[in-house]
Amino acid sequence: MGTSFFRVTLVIGLFVAGANNALAQLRIEITEGAGRRTPVAVVPFGWEGEASEAPYDIAAVIAADLQRSGRFAPIPERNMLQKPTRGVELDFDDWSVLGVEAVVLGRLTQTGGNAYSVQFQLFDVYRREQLVGYRMPASVGTMRSQAHRAADMIYEKLTGIPGVFGTRVAYVNATGSERNRLYSLIVSDIDGENENVIMESKDPIMSPAWSPDSRRLAYVSFEGNRSRIFVQTLRTGNRLEVSSRPGINGSPAFSPDGRKLVLTLGGADGNLDINVLDLSSRQFTRLTTNRAIDTEGSWSPDGNHIYFTSDRGGGPQVYRIAANGGSPQRVTFEGSYNARPRLSPDGKKLALVHLDRGNYRIAVMDLASSDLLVLSAGRQDESPSFAPNSDVLIYATRQGRNGVLETVSADGLIRQRLASGGGDVREPVWSPFPRY
Amino acid sequence: MTIFRMTMAAALALQLLACASQEIPDPDPLDSGMSDSSATTDEFDERDLGAGEEIPSDVDFYADGDLIMTIYFDFDQSEIRPDDQATLEQHANRLANDSGARVRLEGHADERGSREYNIGLGERRAQSVRRLLLIQGASAAQISTVSFGEERPAAFGSDEDSWALNRRVEIKYLN
Repeated sequence: MGTSFFRVTLVIGLFVAGANNALAQLRIEITEGAGRRTPVAVVPFGWEGEASEAPYDIAAVIAADLQRSGRFAPIPERNMLQKPTRGVELDFDDWSVLGVEAVVLGRLTQTGGNAYSVQFQLFDVYRREQLVGYRMPASVGTMRSQAHRAADMIYEKLTGIPGVFGTRVAYVNATGSERNRLYSLIVSDIDGENENVIMESKDPIMSPAWSPDSRRLAYVSFEGNRSRIFVQTLRTGNRLEVSSRPGINGSPAFSPDGRKLVLTLGGADGNLDINVLDLSSRQFTRLTTNRAIDTEGSWSPDGNHIYFTSDRGGGPQVYRIAANGGSPQRVTFEGSYNARPRLSPDGKKLALVHLDRGNYRIAVMDLASSDLLVLSAGRQDESPSFAPNSDVLIYATRQGRNGVLETVSADGLIRQRLASGGGDVREPVWSPFPRY
Repeated sequence: MTIFRMTMAAALALQLLACASQEIPDPDPLDSGMSDSSATTDEFDERDLGAGEEIPSDVDFYADGDLIMTIYFDFDQSEIRPDDQATLEQHANRLANDSGARVRLEGHADERGSREYNIGLGERRAQSVRRLLLIQGASAAQISTVSFGEERPAAFGSDEDSWALNRRVEIKYLN
């Protein structure tokens, strides 16, 4: 188990900014909704095995996940009137008297040398019924992932929204002195555990992007003082140079089917345009021909459109073009600076960097209504990325001279800072859902 | 490297010192080049390097990757300030006269806004320097560009002073 890279600080709910009155009403609604965290209990799991103590505290991981979501308040173990490890032992009255609305209990059973079985059950205290029960095989190495998986199922049963505790995040960290930087491309669990360095370089690394199957990362590297795009397989470390044209090779993003990359090419004359690279045929198709900067392409989840940043109208704004070409349509109109669009996986929202009264902040635009909601409160926030459940975003903000990561719920209610152990952290990208 | 090219580089460096001394980076490549050689400062004061014979053949005034000059830009601008244009024209003349000479133009942006868009702003600045060099007679094959956007700041503060130092194009000499 890796050391925790992040110290998680919870900042509950607080901030929704709007430059106009139309958003003010929304602000009140959200503030009202922010107060309540559902009281739940995660009872310490039972243990059956050779050792006197369980090799892993599954309940603690589940409780921490639910706590970190900002929507639940697990009660402390010392307040529990009973500690059942099977559903039949559960006395609902002992929990309703505490105001607990849901109880999680379970057992960890050793079935072989390094073979275990994790089972858990989730109960609704008011309705006095089981919401979900599940048993999973585990080894010492997979126990933590299985605990996150259980938390994901519990979260989905309680909220109707799939949990993202089992997901990962890729990001770039810059460490070392100002004149002697070391850039690292890192993948960790979303709670900061299991940190893995994917690539290191003395030259900048930028714009990591997950493949839809979570197996590969595309990124930009400036090794040799020129920009190139690589696709690296995480398991093997093998990497493929996929774009090394003269000038700019930037801003890669995988198509939803994983077969193509949208990317930005500059060419010798430096005119940045949106291009699509077919990864199997290695064919490039240029989508935009404007003389302005066209960059930061991102696919719609159905694969039909590409959203991108362009300053063809003066300042940077978000535009949309059909993935097979056509004429772009402008998407953002509010404010003088809207850039780096990322679609929510459900296709309903657009995250972007928005200049909000002198501050660069993360905003989400509802694509149906075009309403813009500012979610972050920093001066220099950047690189928003949706969680695969479309309900939370991760982005980079500043803390002193360094970048740190924050998450915010898409309604702006719950914001958390993932304080880094050191370095200038930037460009977080949330992974797709894990495959079980 | 040919004697001729070294001479051109030396002459160029002197001209830069004379007409745009504030643009010479610290440490000055001219000074560091000389300190490695047996040449004395007196030779420099003569301002007589045009003929080329005075320069020992083992001296590289510009090693590969050396910074020749830095050009700064206004906020959200890629236009070259008038006082930089004359200096750049001299660079262009030298490139035109020495077809073997190569430069890399490294564009940069300040930290504000999104990173890949800032790559675009840095590239736009590098391209405006490139265009001026081409107009003045340099050939396209002599010039490469790269944009680091906000990834390689020269100054690390989050204030207007630092931002002004970071909106720049660095011209680097390539062997």
